[in-house]
Amino acid sequence: MQGPAVAWYIALAACLFGIGALGVLIRRNTLVILLSLELMLNAGNLALIALSRHWHNGAGQIFALAVMAIAASEVCVGLGLVVALNRRNLSLDVDTLSELRG
Amino acid sequence: MNALVVASAGNALVWIVWVVAAFACLASALAVVSFSNPFYSALALIGNLGSLAVMYLLLSAEFVAAAQVLVYAGAVIVMFLFVIAYVGPRRETPWSGGPSWQTFGAVAAAGALLVEIVVAVGMQASGSLSHSGTVGSHFGTPAWIGRVFLVDHLLAFEITSVVLLVAAVGGVILGSHARRTA
Repeated sequence: MQGPAVAWYIALAACLFGIGALGVLIRRNTLVILLSLELMLNAGNLALIALSRHWHNGAGQIFALAVMAIAASEVCVGLGLVVALNRRNLSLDVDTLSELRG
Repeated sequence: MNALVVASAGNALVWIVWVVAAFACLASALAVVSFSNPFYSALALIGNLGSLAVMYLLLSAEFVAAAQVLVYAGAVIVMFLFVIAYVGPRRETPWSGGPSWQTFGAVAAAGALLVEIVVAVGMQASGSLSHSGTVGSHFGTPAWIGRVFLVDHLLAFEITSVVLLVAAVGGVILGSHARRTA
């Protein structure tokens, strides 16, 4: 393979996943948490495609496409929840959405 | 000799493109997390997805790169921008004297996750990830992806379509139910 070895791609994917996890943990806006989830899913996709190329195996790319479909479904349901919250005039701050706390 | 010079020049070019794309990727990811306005976060995510598409092209996954741009930047981000515009400019309420140990805890947890991934991957596969190889020219083309998808992984393909259908129905139910009870 020309260019960087696959370990560089894996390291980049790990950094992206860490940044996405930081966003999920540290932010309180529902929309930004959904965007950070997209970051984490994309980090997983990058690792899958890098290893697919490394092992000359197409299953990694197929799985990455399936992850894209799952991400689209997750955004569909998540944004539906955000719209439902907005219609009920509820806050989008996850710290105030604690009705289900036990 | 000439071929060797051409090969090393191509190698340097790939490295330069990789470093630029990796820098753009990390910078836009940090921008997504750190912008206080979700609209700017969504715009920064477009840059992240674009630089990831460049990464996929470097990994000779042309079809996945095209699908990334179409599905994410074309559909998902547009839906995000619509919803952000619909919800309106709500800024995150500033920390109301809350416990700042939560912030430190979140940073520590994310850092621990990163270290855990690096250690696990390094211990499992550090030796086997450094060598390099070549792939055929058909690797990653739409025809090859289609053959692999519809011959080897047909069940995954069908289950993915069912999951998308269920998510679409769920989104419609969430929206209509909220309108009735509001």
